[in-house]
Amino acid sequence: MNKTAVKGRRSLAQFFCLTPYSLWATLFIVVPLLFVAYYALTDNNYHFTTANLTRFFTATSSVGDTEVRTYLVIFFRSLRLAVISTIICFLMGYPIAYIIARAPAKTQSILITLIMIPMWMNFLIRTYAWMTILQDTGILNGLLAKLHLGPVHIIGTEGAVIIGMVYDYFPYMILPIYSVMAKLDNRLLEAARDLGCNGFGVLRRVIFPLSLPGVISGINMVLVPSISTFYISQKLGNGKFYLIGDAIEGQYVANNLHFAAAIALILMVILLVCMALLQRLANSRSAV
Amino acid sequence: MKKIIELKNISKSFDGEKVLDNICLDIYDNEFITLLGPSGCGKTTTLRIIGGFETPDTGDVFFMGDRINDLPAHKRNVNTVFQRYALFPHLNVYENIAFPLREKKEKRDVIDQKVREVLDLVALKGFEKRSVTSLSGGQQQRVAIARAIINRPKVLLLDEPLAALDLKLRKDMQQELKNLQKATGITFIFVTHDQEEALSMSDTVVVMSEGRIQQIGTPVDIYNEPQNAFVADFIGESNILDGLMLADRLVAFSGQKFPCLDSGFDKREPVDVVIRPEDVDIVPEDKGMLKGVVTSVTFLGVHYEIIVDIDGFKWMIQTTDFVDVDEHIGIYLEPDAIHVMKKSEYSGLYGDYSSFSNEFDELELPPEDWKEDESAE
Repeated sequence: MNKTAVKGRRSLAQFFCLTPYSLWATLFIVVPLLFVAYYALTDNNYHFTTANLTRFFTATSSVGDTEVRTYLVIFFRSLRLAVISTIICFLMGYPIAYIIARAPAKTQSILITLIMIPMWMNFLIRTYAWMTILQDTGILNGLLAKLHLGPVHIIGTEGAVIIGMVYDYFPYMILPIYSVMAKLDNRLLEAARDLGCNGFGVLRRVIFPLSLPGVISGINMVLVPSISTFYISQKLGNGKFYLIGDAIEGQYVANNLHFAAAIALILMVILLVCMALLQRLANSRSAV
Repeated sequence: MKKIIELKNISKSFDGEKVLDNICLDIYDNEFITLLGPSGCGKTTTLRIIGGFETPDTGDVFFMGDRINDLPAHKRNVNTVFQRYALFPHLNVYENIAFPLREKKEKRDVIDQKVREVLDLVALKGFEKRSVTSLSGGQQQRVAIARAIINRPKVLLLDEPLAALDLKLRKDMQQELKNLQKATGITFIFVTHDQEEALSMSDTVVVMSEGRIQQIGTPVDIYNEPQNAFVADFIGESNILDGLMLADRLVAFSGQKFPCLDSGFDKREPVDVVIRPEDVDIVPEDKGMLKGVVTSVTFLGVHYEIIVDIDGFKWMIQTTDFVDVDEHIGIYLEPDAIHVMKKSEYSGLYGDYSSFSNEFDELELPPEDWKEDESAE
């Protein structure tokens, strides 16, 4: 048997193995993306136009006495809430991931299962659950009343939206960080101690830099969905915090497909650029 | 000579299994000392206790007279070269070596000067900017050593540092480590399961087995005067026979009486008799003190290794003269070829070559990624 025959057979086998995936990817990823781009760049008569894109940047509306650029305001509001949620997820998730990764193997799998259990429940149901907890007459205020503490008004505030985002996307922060940390060679940590690092020094100089890839993908996995979420803000923010996801949904529901597609496309491009920058940053840090 | 480390009655168990059993060991300044033993003998655990990565269940560790049981690793004036180096993959060669200096917040130019000095010492000039993952095993080894000695510790711990290198490189590194120890004056505590490595490098060898120290001595003492059957067998090859001490300088075994150089035993005390394969002279059958039949011959380059059946006991003999299988030969033993040891718990376990084969020897070598004392992790 000569080499080329083997090679030829292998690539043929590869082709057949990959065909279903290629078809799948084309049908459900590439084609929809092309449609989004197509809709974004055409008007109602399917003639080419950039009007939808420019509308995102130029449309104005009045808030009180001032004119504001509607969609830019919405976008930055979404970005701000998403960044705050991501930071909270990171600050809580990193120590938890660290604790889990340092635990005995059996405890690790139990803890990871506990983290994942909420993900098995439908996202809408989880959001509704938070509504009943946070409502003015909800479970939280009921508890506080029993403790003779004043009622707190959370539902309909930014705080409620952030709570919802953090709760929904928290596991996506923990899991990638945990999976990187669990693979860390214990000898590296011992070497750092041996070379004069106290516990914090080991964390700062060895564990953190080596877990950066996990942190980056955790940030991506929390930031991206929370920036484009719409349901959480409607239910927990009482619709008072119109986010970019709500804008897309609103335009879509109003049968304004072309503008909805334009917003989606712009959001996608901005997110891709952000992710590329993050990745860049991570690579340069790890190449030191 | 100044005592630098003292281990007093150290015991340690993992999950109810005793790994160290009442270890007592004095380590002196400027010494190259080797802990030698098969896997699971407790040598790595001993090293980790000195390094501060394990605390003994009972017993005390002294460093220059101070008890340091509870002193954490980062506060000990002791550094470690880890098994398979444990270099920081996110830092380049320079930053790996500068790591401990940055922790001490040394000035830039001080760090620079010290790193260059030590890079010179381990012959890695020009590698500063290289990524550690792009280095060969031998180069990584040098970075690990440079990183560990840059702080000029009093003691350097080396945990099987040469195990992952190939034979040729290992020989070179042995010599370099020895030179480095002399040049720096740092006390080296070296852990290995390779007896040749231990004999060729060390000032003092500590032979360990089953969590206990079997013998402490110079390489020559350990080889020539093993204290029990375990040591005799583990260090080099040995024929170990049951014997009876008839009087001072007269021992009986294999049904014959032999003059020897050992004395101080009780009259008619049962003993173990060690005869090294290279100390046996082959003579014509009729001139031999003992007679036997050759059962196997292996050519090893420098010499032949032959197995001889003498009254049912298989001896290993190394000879430069060719003898053939099934040949009847006699053997002759000079008095200084015979070494008499007290009986021990290891008597009768070692030193008979009836099941000997070269393959068996290779199986006993630990695999590359072998790690001692898993439970310690």
